[in-house]
Amino acid sequence: MTTIQFTINGEKETVEAPPMKRLLDVLREDLHLTGAKEGCGEGECGACAVLINGDLVNSCLVPILQAEGTEITTIEGLVTEGKLHPIQQCFLEEGGAQCGICTPGMILATHHLLEKHPQPTPLQIQEGLSGNLCRCTGYMRIFNAVQQAALAGVAE
Amino acid sequence: MAGTPPIVGQSPLRKEGKAKVLGQAEYVDDITLPGMWFGATVRSTIPRGRITSINFDPSIPWQEFTIVSAADIPGENTIVHLTKDHPCLAVTHVNHAEEPILLLAHPNRALLPAAVAAVHITYEELPSIYTIEDSEKKEQIIWGEGENANTFKTYLMQKNQVPIPEEVWEKADYIVEGEYRTGAQEQLYIENNGVIAEYDPETGVTVRGSMQCPFYLVHALELVFNLPAEKCRVIQTETGGAFGGKEDFPSVIGSHAALLAMKSGHPVKLCYDRAEDMAATTKRHPSRTRHRTAVSKDGKLLAGEIDFAIDGGAYATLSPVVLSRGTIHAPGPYLWPYITVRAKAMATNIPPHGAFRGFGAPQSIFALERHMDKIAKAVGLTPEELRRRNFLSTGDRTATGQLLSDPVDMQHLLTRAVEESGYHAKRKQFDRENPISTIKRGIGFATFFHGSGFTGSGERRLNSLVEIELTVEGLPRILVSSTEFGQGTNTILCQVAAQTLRLPYDQILIAQPDTGHVPNSGPTVASRTAMIVGKLVERAAQSLCATLVTSGDLPHDYTPEDFRRAAQLYLARHGALKSEARYESPEGIFWDDETYSGEAYPAYAWAVYVAEVAVDTSTYSATVTNFHTVQEVGKVLHPILAAGQIEGGVAQGIGYALYEKCLWNNGHLANNQMTNYIMPTSADIPPIHVTFEEVPSPHGAYGAKGIGELPMDGPAPAILNAIEHATGVSFNEIPLLPEDIFERMTRVPNTGTESLDPAIAGPIFSEASA
Repeated sequence: MTTIQFTINGEKETVEAPPMKRLLDVLREDLHLTGAKEGCGEGECGACAVLINGDLVNSCLVPILQAEGTEITTIEGLVTEGKLHPIQQCFLEEGGAQCGICTPGMILATHHLLEKHPQPTPLQIQEGLSGNLCRCTGYMRIFNAVQQAALAGVAE
Repeated sequence: MAGTPPIVGQSPLRKEGKAKVLGQAEYVDDITLPGMWFGATVRSTIPRGRITSINFDPSIPWQEFTIVSAADIPGENTIVHLTKDHPCLAVTHVNHAEEPILLLAHPNRALLPAAVAAVHITYEELPSIYTIEDSEKKEQIIWGEGENANTFKTYLMQKNQVPIPEEVWEKADYIVEGEYRTGAQEQLYIENNGVIAEYDPETGVTVRGSMQCPFYLVHALELVFNLPAEKCRVIQTETGGAFGGKEDFPSVIGSHAALLAMKSGHPVKLCYDRAEDMAATTKRHPSRTRHRTAVSKDGKLLAGEIDFAIDGGAYATLSPVVLSRGTIHAPGPYLWPYITVRAKAMATNIPPHGAFRGFGAPQSIFALERHMDKIAKAVGLTPEELRRRNFLSTGDRTATGQLLSDPVDMQHLLTRAVEESGYHAKRKQFDRENPISTIKRGIGFATFFHGSGFTGSGERRLNSLVEIELTVEGLPRILVSSTEFGQGTNTILCQVAAQTLRLPYDQILIAQPDTGHVPNSGPTVASRTAMIVGKLVERAAQSLCATLVTSGDLPHDYTPEDFRRAAQLYLARHGALKSEARYESPEGIFWDDETYSGEAYPAYAWAVYVAEVAVDTSTYSATVTNFHTVQEVGKVLHPILAAGQIEGGVAQGIGYALYEKCLWNNGHLANNQMTNYIMPTSADIPPIHVTFEEVPSPHGAYGAKGIGELPMDGPAPAILNAIEHATGVSFNEIPLLPEDIFERMTRVPNTGTESLDPAIAGPIFSEASA
């Protein structure tokens, strides 16, 4: 067991865990943050995506040891004062969530994309989300949600 | 009417949408019960054989584990679907790789993989078969005997029960033959199969989990545990995609978890990881379709002979009904003076295939729509003109003899699709540009229909029931076993109730599907929820309203406040109010299973899909660059959800055609990972254009018909028709990967090809008589 300290959704956190335990499991089992989902366990589907120091990362591929001293944002950290983040609102209104299992990762990927490209081109959206698989939507409504979020200027 | 605007046809927010975008929706693996253990499955490592020994490696502290074998099953060792051939746990023999033999449970999830690996099973191997052809040879009989050897089901469907007269073949100007194949396809829901089971000697079994059909699992548990239905409670948790993959399979994993819960005395969570889910659970049936068609020189279909075979895997599961839908859709939306479809589902030593969106229809429609383009070429007509000369229309009879009394206008749908896609101009443009380009572009289409609801007498047998109750707050709550897994069940059923009750959408609740509290509204499959269950919700809502009006508490013209007041008054006086509606077969719906004739479905959705492709002749990869869909689906209840269904189905269809290949190695799925089983990403999807025509059906809620499966049918043939236009090469098998295109396009001429260019291949159709 190792003691690891990091910041999660703005709060300081200390966990005792085997150093190779996956960040995804620490989030879900130790911290009871179940918004990150396991879809494949090998970094293909992006359902477990979180932001680490602002980078989009598949938490199933990160040993908790590597989280030492980082700032982590999960889907649970996007809400402010009980209000949906504008990206969440756009996914809801545009039909960007169907079964919902890819949605937390997809929303964090959108967050990351809009930080990099506040007014993304269609190609930038397609490429920016290509690490997050969705089997329900065919991606069209997700693209609409991202465009609406960009129009709302969420990245300022 | 007191000022509530119509909500049917609007796009209100998805009922459970807020929980989903917040990451708060609870999927089964997000749930932890007190004292919960974890389960794992010990599976066959060989495709077929006799179990000779089972040894437990002494390196594992087995006393800490619960171990379940078939001997622990209190009832029947069977997973019931349509037959009882499928064991819950293998005893003496295994018939496919990954067949479950033992179950393990332990409080620590992390210790299970090593324990599974430490169970050493030896076998006397028996010869295995993996293809429809091997199964047909019957050199190895792996299922059934006599006529049924290796054969789960056969159908003979003949229009008017008349065989094709020999003179039709003799007099035909052309006889066109073709063979078409489709591969297995993984549903690849992003949430794997998973359940949590509890057992109590007094109250029985409770299973909660990811599933489409809670009452299917109740039925499975009744047999495995020898318990009455009221002691088998099933609760659907938020379900992260299903597509048919959680129709029949939860009966397996649910029974397994419940056995572990009973023996361990703990709640047991059994959630597969991706590799196990892909290797062991059901997939779309592979198929082989052979067409022989008699055509006149003016392009009229005179007669068709269709041999349709699907690979069912090692046990029957749902193969007979998958075969049935595939059979009925095999003749497509065309008028056939004579047609004979011979269909069969064959056994192989592959893990059982099961339900997947489309349910047999994508297979037989792929074959027919490729074959129609072949016929067009043979006759010398355009693909468009050939279809126009043969479309079914209002007043015609289908291959099962069903009179199409509701309006059908495929001519118009095709006109609209070619206009919206710019089909004619693009066809000319690509013909002009392709000779001087390494990127060969093409445009092609498919025209098709999809029946809504259970096939034949299925809906009568289901006898579905819907209830609406009043909460203590005076709000209506819909009680159904119909499940939400992304398609929008919760939302559309609430819309239907809101409109019928003239209440705001926000004031309609829908209960979590829990068989302890909701009636059996049937399984959530077969494009039946909007039409069949929606109609029952409409009727139950009318009945609720009538009760309140009759009680004298509710005026005929009421506001939402009036309704709530009346509801609370009624509850104060009578304690509770629950209205119900049970399925009644519409007038004039008749089906004969013996002759395979009659009203196959109460309604059909009709569609034309147009694909544009680019084939790169340096990499041999084919990409879909644009996709247009035009469909008539009855009343569109929720435009955003409906378009989402079409777009998602098209994306799965693109994967089916060009990306998703199951590689089998001695009966094992070799690519049971997302790394090497490739589904379309956001970067692979073209713009998908969705156009709805609305012709309300008298059978569905506010005129709705089925929509969920339809978009799976058209993409694959439209894409391969477009690839033939682009390359001049006729590909008749999916998935079509770059290596397949390379192999065909670089093949030396005259070594055998199905191309219709006589310069390459010579004639492949015969001119029977001039």
